[in-house]
Amino acid sequence: MDEKIVFLTIVGMTLVTYIPRVIPVLALASRTLPAPVVRWLSFVPTAVLSAMLFPSLLLKDASFDFSPENFFLWASIPAFILAWRTKSFFGTVALGMSLVAAGRYFLG
Amino acid sequence: MTTSVIREESPTSTWMSALRQASPIVMGYVPVGAAFGVLAHKTGLSLINTVLMSTIVFAGSAQLIAVAMFAAGMPPLSIIATTFVVNLRHLLMTASLAPHLKSWKKWQLALFAYKITDEAFALHSARFARGDTDKTTSFLINSIAHVSWVLASWAGFLTGSTIPDIKPLGLDYALPAMFIALLTMQVKNGLHIFVAGFTGLVSIALIQAGADQWSVIIATVIGATFGVGVESWMKK
Repeated sequence: MDEKIVFLTIVGMTLVTYIPRVIPVLALASRTLPAPVVRWLSFVPTAVLSAMLFPSLLLKDASFDFSPENFFLWASIPAFILAWRTKSFFGTVALGMSLVAAGRYFLG
Repeated sequence: MTTSVIREESPTSTWMSALRQASPIVMGYVPVGAAFGVLAHKTGLSLINTVLMSTIVFAGSAQLIAVAMFAAGMPPLSIIATTFVVNLRHLLMTASLAPHLKSWKKWQLALFAYKITDEAFALHSARFARGDTDKTTSFLINSIAHVSWVLASWAGFLTGSTIPDIKPLGLDYALPAMFIALLTMQVKNGLHIFVAGFTGLVSIALIQAGADQWSVIIATVIGATFGVGVESWMKK
């Protein structure tokens, strides 16, 4: 593999990754945004986290997976309940990982 | 546990707080970063280019896709174009963090934005929402995540194919579990739950329709617009 071409590709990837990351903060941080825009942006964290999380819990190879072996899905139920009741960031991560590990050990 | 994460006074506790908050990210990044290193090695990338990609691109899924595309002999321009599409979702993430960063200097914003991955965004949006916009903690969290990603890629490259199986430890659930915790913290009322479920379904539908690379950004735009729409409708 031509390492120079790989290098130039990496530089290109850096630019197209960094520009969309930096433009919004530079353009918006110092400005007072119109109320509807602020309201729209206030839904973005919930929306973007859901858009990333739910497919990882519910899908396997782009199909719904409700089988007992889908530990990601079943572990999420007690994890959601614990997160909601205790607001504990660590407790939720520890519970989720332990349940997935236990599921694989005992049932996998 | 939660209170100590919110309040920090001394430099030591700032470090501890950043380490604790970043720890699920590190647990998630180490195995994935190592897997990236292994794949890069197998594909025939040099060590320097592998570590360089993790250092200057710093975008998990895009890097894995890029390596697969290099392996398939795809032209550089399509690799760059795919990276652009896959990472475009960060535009929405940094836009939603922007209103919390009014007092930051330009160079601080430029440096902060450089390290906004999905996971860093998730963590910061929950922190900022509860009023913790401490700059030192923010930069420490980003740097801890970045360093763990770079070191893991490097280690993966050097060890080659001898990565231990991480599945028995459940490490591959560190990031989904972190998203569960952070999503729950974002949810302020019934409307947010509704928006979360709706956006999740839209994202799933897009993936099933074959739009994997666009699913997150399109679902987010639809979901946030839906949230504002329902909110305005309820106020009438």
